[in-house]
Amino acid sequence: MDFFNEIWETITRNRSRSLLTGFGVFWGMMMLLLLVGMGNSLVDGIRYQLEGVATNSCIVGANDTGKAYKGLQKGRSWDIRNGDIPYLEREVTAASTIAYVRFIGSWEKNTHRGDKVGTYNLLGVSENLQQALCTPLQYGRFINSKDVEQQRKVCVIGEQTYRDLFPEGGDITGQCITVSGIQFRVVGVQKRSEAKFWLGGDTNEQIKIPVTTAQQTYGGNDVIHMLFGVAKQGEQAATMLTQIKDVLRRRHTIAPDDDRAFWGQDLGAEFRAVDMLIIGLTILVWFIGLGTLLSGAIGVSNIMLVTIRERTKEIGIRRALGASPASIVGQILAESIFLTALSGALGIVAGVGILQAVSPLLAGNEMFSQGTQVSFSVAIGGLLILIIIGLLAGLLPAKRALAIKPIEALNEE
Amino acid sequence: MLHLENIHKTYNLGTPNALHVLKGIDLDIEDGEFVSIMGASGSGKSTLLNILGILDNYDEGNYYLAGRLIKDLNETQGARLRNELIGFVFQSFNLLNFKNALENVALPLYYKGVPRKQRYMLAMEQLERMGLKDWAYHLPNEMSGGQKQRVAIARAIVAQPKILLADEPTGALDSKTTVEVMDVFRQLNAGGITTIIVTHEQSVADTTQRIIRIKDGNILN
Repeated sequence: MDFFNEIWETITRNRSRSLLTGFGVFWGMMMLLLLVGMGNSLVDGIRYQLEGVATNSCIVGANDTGKAYKGLQKGRSWDIRNGDIPYLEREVTAASTIAYVRFIGSWEKNTHRGDKVGTYNLLGVSENLQQALCTPLQYGRFINSKDVEQQRKVCVIGEQTYRDLFPEGGDITGQCITVSGIQFRVVGVQKRSEAKFWLGGDTNEQIKIPVTTAQQTYGGNDVIHMLFGVAKQGEQAATMLTQIKDVLRRRHTIAPDDDRAFWGQDLGAEFRAVDMLIIGLTILVWFIGLGTLLSGAIGVSNIMLVTIRERTKEIGIRRALGASPASIVGQILAESIFLTALSGALGIVAGVGILQAVSPLLAGNEMFSQGTQVSFSVAIGGLLILIIIGLLAGLLPAKRALAIKPIEALNEE
Repeated sequence: MLHLENIHKTYNLGTPNALHVLKGIDLDIEDGEFVSIMGASGSGKSTLLNILGILDNYDEGNYYLAGRLIKDLNETQGARLRNELIGFVFQSFNLLNFKNALENVALPLYYKGVPRKQRYMLAMEQLERMGLKDWAYHLPNEMSGGQKQRVAIARAIVAQPKILLADEPTGALDSKTTVEVMDVFRQLNAGGITTIIVTHEQSVADTTQRIIRIKDGNILN
């Protein structure tokens, strides 16, 4: 207790020296947090842009065949059908989800609610499409398996559709809209999506209905326009795509080497490039952040070295009065650690505070739309590094202080 | 109290720049004596004082302080003995500028391990004795030279040392203050503490009971 009093007094009585030393650490810590916070936010922002779809995924649809096979002509048209789904689910082992879609399209003023009229994309979807698309809801729920089974006339609407048709806002699930003369009950409202990957038009302007309802109401058959497969963790989207095609080839008598019979692509490949960008960005952020911290630390040890010259006399006096070398080293180290830890903690508070303050300001910018945050572990890790640096920064001056004989220190003017 | 036998001290021993500063000093100072050491600069008087104060080592001979042989001590042992046995007063006061008078006086007790409350009580007693009670909470740079030196003396005696070593204690003071400070030393000595004052001022040396003169590393008689 006495020991800490002594340290506290020395630190607080030498205010400008302490402030100068502490400021380097404070600044380094704050900059690290700001950099990492902003960098993370940018990475989150990029991720969010891609969030419209699961990244390791593929889409597949049917084209006219490109080759004659087993007595069937080239150029034959075929469709994926509901009956294929159980086979796909069973045999495509690389997929965690295979969702399916029936496009209906949009036509002029196809939708109205009371006196509000609009043009929206109509889309029949399976209940598991949400896992593939990852578009969160702000109200209600997504299409579920009961909706699909019972061909219910329910819909999930995009954010723009919601704003146009329900300008009064609020939770409007349970209310009805009329799409080309048929009433649909709204069961869910999507959040706004910044996703640039669009499936059947801008997702914000969509009306999604159960795929079976779509098949029954707009065409009366079991045709599926597109499969949307999401690969399992650790599986390649390309493998999944091949498996899906194999099942379809067998069931629809398509030549094993006929690739023109399908359209679609492996989305995983596209996203891998973006992943590399994100990794590069993360490395850059940490590189600069740690560099800033390091330069702060070098600043601290520099100031410590300078002040130790100034303190030679003080140390000489203390030693003449009976301070043992251990107590001198202990005091200098404790001062150094205490100062670094305290100003580092203040730096964390300031950094987090600034991040919190700018977060709403940056929310308008889509790149930073996910808010600027920094994890607790980064802050604590940084602080630990700082304390170790403080220790090292104190060690050198302490050793130097001991090398000076008390008598020389006392005679120095 | 102090017993020196054939003390030698050479700086830069073993190099071409070797400087033989003390050339076999024999000296006895009795318990309760009031002694001054005089000599020109470069005579070795400061070196002798450093050895007496366990601030420096010697190369040859024996030094007994309060019956204990002071030889080849490491820095920690030296610090302990300084704390227990010796009170220092310096020409330039050597007070810690960021501590007030009371805290400066209490510092040796901190290194002795005396609890805080008692420390400040004892320190205050010494300041009172020096007539500086009202200045207890002032910083050194708010005080005159004479006041600072009295704070330094209070600090030197607060831990009840056996000897008081003063290195040119009046060197930075005017003649009136010099008389006052020497008065303080005399009173302290009268209280029983062995007092050794290094000075080059004859008038200061004359106030002591015995003058030891040093020249070229030897004691003159």
